[in-house]
Amino acid sequence: MRGFLLNRLSQSLVLLLIVSVIGFVVLNLIPGGPLAQFGLDPSMTQDDLNRLKEQLGLNRPLWMQYLDWAWRLVQGDWGHSFRDGAPVLDVIGRHLVATLLLMGSSTVIAIAIGTWIGIRGATHRYSVFDYLATVGAMVALSIPTFWFGLLGIYVFSLRLGWLPAGNMYTIGDGSALNYLHHLIMPSIVLALVHVAIWSRYMRTATLDVISQEFVKTARAKGLSERRILMKHVVGNALLPMITLAGMQLPSVLTGALVTETVFTWPGMGRLFLDSLGYSDYPVVMGLLMFSAILVVLCNLIADIVVAIIDPRIRLS
Amino acid sequence: MAKDPVTASTYSRRDALRLMAAGGIACFAAPNLLGKPAFAETAKPTGRVVVGLSQEPTVFNPLMAHIEVDDAVHFSVFDALFRMDPKGVLQPNLAAEVPTQKNGGISEDGLNWRIRLRDDVRWHDGEPFTAEDVKFTLELITSPNFRAWRTGGHSLVRDITVVSPTELTWRMEEAFAPYLSFLAETFMVPKHILAKEADPNTAAFNQAPVGTGAFKWAQRVAGDHIELVANSEYFGDGPYVERLVFKYIPDMTVLYTQFKSGDIDLVDQAYITADHYEEAKTLPGRVVTLEPGASLESIFLNLEKPQFKDPAVRQALYAAMDRKAIIDAIYFGVGTLTESFMPKESYYFNPNLPAQQFNLDRARQILDEAGWVPGEDGIRAKDGVRLSFNNSTTSGNNLREQVQQFLQQTFAEIGVEMKISNMPAAVMWGEFWLKSQFDSAIAGVTYLIAADPDATNRLHSSAIGAKGGKGSNTAQYSNPEVDALLEKGARTFGPEERREIYNRVQEIVRQDLPFLPLFASTNVLGRKEGLEGFEPNANTRTASWHAAGWRWQS
Repeated sequence: MRGFLLNRLSQSLVLLLIVSVIGFVVLNLIPGGPLAQFGLDPSMTQDDLNRLKEQLGLNRPLWMQYLDWAWRLVQGDWGHSFRDGAPVLDVIGRHLVATLLLMGSSTVIAIAIGTWIGIRGATHRYSVFDYLATVGAMVALSIPTFWFGLLGIYVFSLRLGWLPAGNMYTIGDGSALNYLHHLIMPSIVLALVHVAIWSRYMRTATLDVISQEFVKTARAKGLSERRILMKHVVGNALLPMITLAGMQLPSVLTGALVTETVFTWPGMGRLFLDSLGYSDYPVVMGLLMFSAILVVLCNLIADIVVAIIDPRIRLS
Repeated sequence: MAKDPVTASTYSRRDALRLMAAGGIACFAAPNLLGKPAFAETAKPTGRVVVGLSQEPTVFNPLMAHIEVDDAVHFSVFDALFRMDPKGVLQPNLAAEVPTQKNGGISEDGLNWRIRLRDDVRWHDGEPFTAEDVKFTLELITSPNFRAWRTGGHSLVRDITVVSPTELTWRMEEAFAPYLSFLAETFMVPKHILAKEADPNTAAFNQAPVGTGAFKWAQRVAGDHIELVANSEYFGDGPYVERLVFKYIPDMTVLYTQFKSGDIDLVDQAYITADHYEEAKTLPGRVVTLEPGASLESIFLNLEKPQFKDPAVRQALYAAMDRKAIIDAIYFGVGTLTESFMPKESYYFNPNLPAQQFNLDRARQILDEAGWVPGEDGIRAKDGVRLSFNNSTTSGNNLREQVQQFLQQTFAEIGVEMKISNMPAAVMWGEFWLKSQFDSAIAGVTYLIAADPDATNRLHSSAIGAKGGKGSNTAQYSNPEVDALLEKGARTFGPEERREIYNRVQEIVRQDLPFLPLFASTNVLGRKEGLEGFEPNANTRTASWHAAGWRWQS
């Protein structure tokens, strides 16, 4: 176990290093840069722009900027946003809660419904339900989220007036009920795609288990279908889903760009888009490292969890 | 001193002139001239106004480099020495008077300035506002490590001397009249808070500013909104609403949808898109108006390209532009025909410029007479120069792309080939634009800085970035007479004398056509019915320049 952990950790460090170098270089290759936003402002002269460039340290060679940034990061200093001057970790923290709320609730919905549809589709293979679920998943996967979002806003907010047209809460009303009311539409819209993905994987995994010998044995022993399903099939089918969950968890924390924009949800996805738009290098790099670390950690945790649950796998 | 209205709203152009001539007594005369809302003294601020913005304000230290959308917050939390009113006339704000040569605030040679301040102003934390704060503010802007916004004008200030808590003087390195207007966008920051900070760039103040303005900082939910509360001790008129919220809505369509659904009380930057104007007008309970903006949408011609050196080409192209059709068919009727770079709301606008006539025959005739002869492919040429050029703008701006296609066709009819070559914003407005690497470009730009008529930055030959100049004269326009007039205008303080100078500049530029005006930008403003005291102001960059005067109809 210890050897496994050390091995994985050293691999992860190399991965993070590569991600940071590539991210830094690509980010600086994008034309424009943080001062482009002043390009059309007549009151900023070329002198003013040069002065700001120097003050932000952007006139140094790229490798020097990278080393400076990386050295500070190693020491725990993630830098300050170019836009509002706040420490990068604070900036991320401010948006993390909103994203957790949205992605958390949509993931719970997606897993619950997706698992159910997947299992039912597998046990009632080629039934009307299975066909409908398959077609529904295809539709949900092929129609863009923003379209679902706008359709939802049009129907439920503008026409019916049941749900708010966006935002995380009504300004001036911080009650839990108000948050919940605002959460309904974006989390369901976001869950649609995940339900589709989750149910397809779950169906395949369940079918895989059902055809195993030990299920036949259980049937031969005369166990009820319900007992076979609950005790033998679902548990085994869920194993590969843990790995899938490990791969999806980072996206829970890094946010959903499109949905957050349509529903004016102040989460991580929008932070990333805005920071990229203004070439706010420290924040973009911070987000990149944050999500890279999450991916590494979540995969590691998924591997460990699978090993603990499944006695056939030993980490060595 | 009684609570004075900070700005005027109901006087005529003649009154404005008289005010400016009267100079120093303006602030004493203004209240009588205007009258005052009867309930101003008694009303307690009530209600809340939610303003929608399509970009997020993030810079709250008003002296640091920021963009237009941040102004909405700055104008509400802070005050400057003066404020530019909707007629383009300076009104005293923190200053007790607008200094002029007539009232002795500015010496005859324009070098020595004296500012008198109000004595009844306090910071939001209760400390009195004094001349020391003004001195500190002006010195902070030019201090070497501070990431300041505009330093133009400020860098000329020397020997700031505090005479008394309500009076200070300084010397200018050279006479520079636009500085008065610049000061109207220079918000005062508190010395007693910022002087203690080791690094003003990262001070806590920048996240929770303290000003003297009509609204106090309450909180910011990053990525979502900023909330301000009424400053009941405000020295000026207002505020009448208790809470002012700036809500960030990143998508223009969603911004409009939330205005429609009632989540937003007023749409500020970047306003309602033109394609929603027709529908917006019919919304019940909403007031939707067209208001002029400060920028001019035009086709910039790079005058160093051989195709555009001949004035006849520029005149012919201008005659070949069916601007009315472009505004009506492409821009949904939102846009105002103009011949000048000066906004119509400016006191310095020249209304007597010759009006462009769309006439293809005339365009062909001009080119024929100038010796541009159609070649075998139908494209005109002269001395080996083919009348063919690229036109560039931000890719994805579909209205501008339609304009390009429209012009491409009409230009082809007079034997001119225009090719479309668009690029992403960051590429377009970087070196490509600033260093004049384009043939021609469609851009919406503001010529004035802080609504001062001085357009040196865009029209003076020393401001050509491609030739090492430090301005943004990207058309590479160079006319010695314009240069001389601009230099004279920057040294001249009297509004009437300046008006003559800039009227002449507009005449010459209209004749030379370094850019072909399409239309003056027009914003579709929307607000809820019952929100009163709202006044648009093309001389500022935000619709929320005077939220102090907003109130809900009771």
